Amino acid sequence: MSTAAPAEVQAAATGDSLGAILRARWDALKGGDVGSLPVILGLIGITLYFTSKSDVFFSAVNFTNLIGQMAGVTVIAIGVVFVLLIGEIDLSIGYVSGLAGVVVAELQVPDSGHQYPGLVAIAAAIAVGAAIGAVQGSFVAFIGVPSFVVTLAGLLIWQGVILRQLGTEGVIGIQDAYINNVANYVLSKNQGWAIAIVFTVGYAAATFGTYVSRRRAGLSTGNLVLTAVRVLFYGALVFAAVAVCNHSRGVPLVGLIMLALVVAAAYVAARTTYGRHVYAVGGSAEAARRAGINVKFIRVTVFMISGAMAAMGGVIFASRLNSVDLTAGGGTILLDAISAAVIGGVSLFGGRGRVSGALFGGLIIAIVANGIDLVGYADSVKLITTGVILLAAVTLDTVLRRRQAAAGR
Amino acid sequence: MSAQPPPPTPTLELRGVSKHFGAVQALDEVDFDVRDGEVMALVGDNGAGKSTLIKCVAGINSIDGGEILFDGEQVTIHGPKDAAKLGIEVVYQDLALADNLDVVQNMYLGREERDFLFRLKEAPMEQRTSETLASLAVTTIRSVRQPVATLSGGQRQSVAVARSVLWNNRVVFLDEPTAALGVAQTRQVLDLVRRLADQGLAVVFVSHNLVDIFEVADRITVLRLGRDVGVYEKAKTTQQEIVQAMIAGKATPKEEEVAS
Repeated sequence: MSTAAPAEVQAAATGDSLGAILRARWDALKGGDVGSLPVILGLIGITLYFTSKSDVFFSAVNFTNLIGQMAGVTVIAIGVVFVLLIGEIDLSIGYVSGLAGVVVAELQVPDSGHQYPGLVAIAAAIAVGAAIGAVQGSFVAFIGVPSFVVTLAGLLIWQGVILRQLGTEGVIGIQDAYINNVANYVLSKNQGWAIAIVFTVGYAAATFGTYVSRRRAGLSTGNLVLTAVRVLFYGALVFAAVAVCNHSRGVPLVGLIMLALVVAAAYVAARTTYGRHVYAVGGSAEAARRAGINVKFIRVTVFMISGAMAAMGGVIFASRLNSVDLTAGGGTILLDAISAAVIGGVSLFGGRGRVSGALFGGLIIAIVANGIDLVGYADSVKLITTGVILLAAVTLDTVLRRRQAAAGR
Repeated sequence: MSAQPPPPTPTLELRGVSKHFGAVQALDEVDFDVRDGEVMALVGDNGAGKSTLIKCVAGINSIDGGEILFDGEQVTIHGPKDAAKLGIEVVYQDLALADNLDVVQNMYLGREERDFLFRLKEAPMEQRTSETLASLAVTTIRSVRQPVATLSGGQRQSVAVARSVLWNNRVVFLDEPTAALGVAQTRQVLDLVRRLADQGLAVVFVSHNLVDIFEVADRITVLRLGRDVGVYEKAKTTQQEIVQAMIAGKATPKEEEVAS
């Protein structure tokens, strides 16, 4: 009885042929696990639409602009992904990003008595964001106040702090080169190519490292050809992006920062014990607690990540404008960032979604805004379109969730 | 391995353990023991003290009186970590699995293997999960990489039970493992319970269902209103006798002493 069993389990797990993999994918799809398919389809659709409407849209210059336009919101959305993964919400991210802009601007004012080097100012701004996250997360984790309310209070408080700080002048200009370079520096062509090479080699090494270790352990490895095709595809994508940027001004530094943060956050979420525990808390906090996971620690640190990412986004916004003013952190930043994560396939109910969703969602939101501006529609159209896309994404999530639950039993 | 004859020293033994919550005496000088390789059933009506007993052993509640012995030596259990260190695992009624995680992730939840970069060692974890499930003849799970949300109730329960084997536990408490299952799935889990004991673990099977208990248990401890009514060997008792003990309390010598 027990001698026949291992073979059976192994055989079930080892579906390495192309046909078996496609069948498994199709089954998963029917079960409601669509991955990033809707996002990619949406991206293609939107791109085709704007390309047909505007001559400028599908150009190298506009692609480079797009990277600058999406970076701030995307970086903030990375933090949102973590918060959504544990089934919480952070409404304070908009004004935390604004406050970080104020901090970074304030700390570089010449002859103010608190002028620091640009990088120190940036680090300080991020530290402030993380500290705010720690405080807000503590209310959620230790006292049990709903995160919606804690961070709604944060939204009001930090907006107030920004107004108070900027009150007299209403604006702080940024002269520091390091800070301004964050959003405005453009890498040389060779630097761009170097990045593409490093990314592709790194991705290939990681992928084939996994392949080898699984093979050594005698586990199902997936189809080698398919794996190679995937590595080549993503490698080609990055090289194409660099080529397009180089055709224009070059790769914006902020694009590299954004990509690096996405990769780092994706690593933490998907490959480390910490990330595993984040997913566990989102799936079932009680199960996580009983398994010996420090749920409070996870909650507090996730809000710290959210605060730090919001601050980094705020630094990018401030750098882009070379200043902060009374509108810092306001407008549609908060809703864009949460929408980006949700459109990217991260569930509002916790435990489902990937960090790369922030990148896809951020890209969609930026493309819609960018395309509508280029075609010359009014701002009202932008809001309505983004709203409709968001509604579609959340509806899809809800339907899929129900379908997955149904497939479960 | 057969349950008879049992090893001389109980793996886990409770002597005169008491626990009260305010004025309520949840456990009143309860004696209980379980040995390696046997399935000890723990039965009792609602409020008999089964859950409290489990919580005391699991370190969630501390005991007010009496002593707990592990391998014949007195131990103190102040928290879940102490219980885990001794090798006592509780598989709770409501499962305690995270639906969004797959079978491997749940098996290793909170005890993941990692390397120097805090990176998860997925391959060895997946390998051992497959081996453990195979050793328990849990063959109905198609892939250990599917989320447990896609598993049936019986399969989920199997994963939760198998998790206790993975960690070289000595004593496993199963809190109503068949309560929410259909006939075939109950069969699956009962077979699994038997196999746990055959692998040398001391298994405590908590249930209302006398049919299940007579199917799988070697001995039966009956609790009633916080006291242990007695320990019965399955071979020498009947369902009627157990029901009698659960409802009316059988006048064992010990209870007469306590009552008088």
